[in-house]
Amino acid sequence: MNVHDILFWVFSIAMLVCGVMVIAHRNPVNSAMSLVLLFAFMAGLFVLLEAFFLATIQVLVYAGAVMVLFLFVIMLLDIRASVLKRLRWLGLVGALLVSGLLVWEIQQVLRQPAVESAVEAKGLALGLSDVVKPLFTQYMLPVQLTALLLLAAMVGVVLLSKRDLQ
Amino acid sequence: MVTLNHYLWVSGLLFALGIAGIVLRRNALVIFMALEMNLNAANLALVAFARYNHVVDAQVLVFFIIAIAAAEVAVGLAIIVALFRRKQTVSVDELNSMRL
Repeated sequence: MNVHDILFWVFSIAMLVCGVMVIAHRNPVNSAMSLVLLFAFMAGLFVLLEAFFLATIQVLVYAGAVMVLFLFVIMLLDIRASVLKRLRWLGLVGALLVSGLLVWEIQQVLRQPAVESAVEAKGLALGLSDVVKPLFTQYMLPVQLTALLLLAAMVGVVLLSKRDLQ
Repeated sequence: MVTLNHYLWVSGLLFALGIAGIVLRRNALVIFMALEMNLNAANLALVAFARYNHVVDAQVLVFFIIAIAAAEVAVGLAIIVALFRRKQTVSVDELNSMRL
């Protein structure tokens, strides 16, 4: 076990525990805080995979912007804290069934020899310029379309936030 | 030795957790958070593939997914706020009609 392996286990187990807490907490604020931690651990896994640019973006965009938005909305709505309703057994059974089936499928796929043979990381780590250069050449059109989509989202949010939708 | 398989397992388990959250929870905000977990699980799988197969396109795709997710969160939360203003609830059990 080297440092990389130990950090992998620490980050991934902590991340999955945070994931359980997101869906188990009754109070949405606690869920949101667990989600912030989950994003931080995910950024740690990105660093282990030597995707430093994406780790930075993950912290800036997800743990920063998206979660602040979530917390603002939770405070804005002022939801009655922990509405203690009984657990839906049908919902619990359905959730266990769907996610259990999914895990079984993943296990079936990951047993394939093509996946198991990819043991060693190939080549050098991808640097910042390796990741960013395609954005200006090969992926120019998708970048422009994403910009358009962000503009559309902004206009949509302004429109949705108006008091009367006339 | 941590292999690609380990990363894909973590990603798959996180995705399954997200699905379980979407099915189980009734608070629209928490459902939305579980959806974000799903997107992150997909991102982790893509980054792991990028590292172990040395393809840069997977990382570019993750970049796009994060951008789209930010837009999606903004619109989705605006819809939830607008819904709450009308109905005074974010429980999906009580939001059962398309009528305003």
